[in-house]
Amino acid sequence: MRDLHVSFRTEEGVIQAVDGVSFSLQRGEVLAVVGESGSGKSVTVGTLMGLTRSPNAKFEGEAWLRTAQDGDGREGLELINASDQQLRRVRGEEIAMIFQDPMTSLNPVQRVGDQIIEQIQAHRDLGDAEARTRAIEMLDRVGIPRAAERARSYPHEFSGGMRQRAMIAMAFSCEPDVLIADEPTTALDVTIQAQILRQIIEMREESNAGVILVTHDLGVVAEVADRIAVMYGGQIVEHGTIDELFYDPQHPYTWGLLGSIARVDRDRPDRLPAISGLPPSLANPPEGCRFRPRCPHAFDACRQLPDLEHRGGRSSDHVDRCFLSDEQKRTVREVDGHVGLMGAGATS
Amino acid sequence: MSENGDQPLLEVRHLKQYFPVKAGVVFDRTVAHVHAVDDVSFDLDEGQTLGLVGESGCGKTTLSRSLLRLIEPTDGSVAFQGNDVSHLSARRLRPLRREMQMVFQDPFASLNPRKRIAQIVGAPLRLHGTPRDEIADRVRGLLERVGLQKEHLNRFPHEFSGGQRQRIGIARALALEPKLILLDEPVSALDVSVQAQIINLLDDLQDDLGLTYMFVAHDLSVVRHVSDRIAVMYLGKLMEVSPAEELYTKAIHPYTEALLGAVPVPDPRENRARKRVAVTGEPPNPIDPPSGCVFHPRCPHATDVCREVEPPLVRYANGHLAACHHPQQVSSQEVRVAERSDQSPLSAGEELPQAS
Repeated sequence: MRDLHVSFRTEEGVIQAVDGVSFSLQRGEVLAVVGESGSGKSVTVGTLMGLTRSPNAKFEGEAWLRTAQDGDGREGLELINASDQQLRRVRGEEIAMIFQDPMTSLNPVQRVGDQIIEQIQAHRDLGDAEARTRAIEMLDRVGIPRAAERARSYPHEFSGGMRQRAMIAMAFSCEPDVLIADEPTTALDVTIQAQILRQIIEMREESNAGVILVTHDLGVVAEVADRIAVMYGGQIVEHGTIDELFYDPQHPYTWGLLGSIARVDRDRPDRLPAISGLPPSLANPPEGCRFRPRCPHAFDACRQLPDLEHRGGRSSDHVDRCFLSDEQKRTVREVDGHVGLMGAGATS
Repeated sequence: MSENGDQPLLEVRHLKQYFPVKAGVVFDRTVAHVHAVDDVSFDLDEGQTLGLVGESGCGKTTLSRSLLRLIEPTDGSVAFQGNDVSHLSARRLRPLRREMQMVFQDPFASLNPRKRIAQIVGAPLRLHGTPRDEIADRVRGLLERVGLQKEHLNRFPHEFSGGQRQRIGIARALALEPKLILLDEPVSALDVSVQAQIINLLDDLQDDLGLTYMFVAHDLSVVRHVSDRIAVMYLGKLMEVSPAEELYTKAIHPYTEALLGAVPVPDPRENRARKRVAVTGEPPNPIDPPSGCVFHPRCPHATDVCREVEPPLVRYANGHLAACHHPQQVSSQEVRVAERSDQSPLSAGEELPQAS
């Protein structure tokens, strides 16, 4: 994805929901997109599927599914300007999506098995019996007991965890290249959440699909992701591998996020470090760095918008949008012991 | 009796809340009951915070509602400052309602969208007969207390973010100067950076006003930061009640271990290194709970006795209670001196865990 901009015209003015977002995703890789509500993370991934298309939305930039260099014989496709018809072919077949709330994404009056069969037959030339066999096989693979029998159930007869399993079965039924999971475990209980995450990772390993995981839960990220993009105010503010982000974070917003999580494995601090203030309004974003109004370390230069480029950190792929010098960042992180996981066995 | 010998602010004994399941074409017959809260007992001391943790459907929200008598409990007693509130008439209950307030999970659903903030926060004052001319002043003071400004007074709820709305909900709960506030997942709907703000606010309010909290949550990470004691609930019953810190270092009940293991830690290296107890399956149906220990179908340590006998709550050192036939992380010495707690469910068996 290159330099994506998405804006919506609304009664309150133009909302710049996504402002220059670029990233890439390799096969078999899990990219986590992390941010608070209103950071533009869901709009970014929804745009890949054409879900944000509407008369008052405006798109710029491009997103390629497979580039020419990919060399597996299939042609690349640009998704932002693709026709609705092209997109419909891609959806489910090459890019599949799992949503937060499986109850609203499954059809309540159709049997679960039939929904998966419909999905398979929309993209594969299979007879009814073959498609049914495949659907039941998929349900079995995602760990639904007595799959043949449960395929005849309706979604309301499933628990939340089972519905999410059924969604995963449906998503992987056509062996997509890319799976987009938008907060897939947020609505589930912790014990079920752990099961579902393991399931997604297992299915990814079998199918070698690339996974984009949208979430606000850094615990989930630490468990499954390879790389992380932190979004704030419609922009990526920091992007790097999971170890870089957790042990050598460069952006003050990332520090704040890591610092303010209540953790089950840590003694209770006197006060939970909080980021003061509120996320910015996207209709009227602050001038310069988006995080400036909430940033305790902001200085004059921050009135300019910093580019997303390599600044600190060891690998050149670790990029961020913060003007603080490497030196300053190190000092700040040493003084505020709570920032990031500095005290927790980091080597730097 | 509480640990320090004083009377607890809230004393709950054998509280049950069953909901009938009805069926029938012409006449509704009650065919079964949902055992939402099934014989729960605990104490809550003044100025303390009890964290109540469990998965959805375990009865934690129902429990907090029957404590306030927002729903009528089926059986058992709730004593507030020594007065039994579970059998009071509506009129006698009213003055006590001032003392017990609630903050709800969803700040979007719990504020009337057509009322201004001043009206919302002032409503409890009006209902309990505060003179009109005092209300405006009090409301302004309350908003300031929770970190909002007076220019917010005339706005509507939709003009606020989730965190600000939760502050409004807290201001409303504080209006009548209660002793006890039940917080039903007060930060679950909020972004992480805002969660920390609200938790710190609750902490300050408790210190300044001497409030007592019951903090309901669905996982163990947030309650750690607010609780003095933590109760773990599963399928309508208490599995374990422990001093807060001890629960994280010495979980006795296998279900608590499972809950702790299921929470992903935001630290990749520790995550990779961590040995995790995986629970399989999903919580059973509360209409027909399993025999014996309700956790036995999912428990990795379950044996015959777990299938047949409901374990009593057993008291270990430090007032740490657990209802399990196969307690984890306790020495055989500790097991030998452990005794049955008087907060055990009435249906629990006599068997105490055996020292190995």
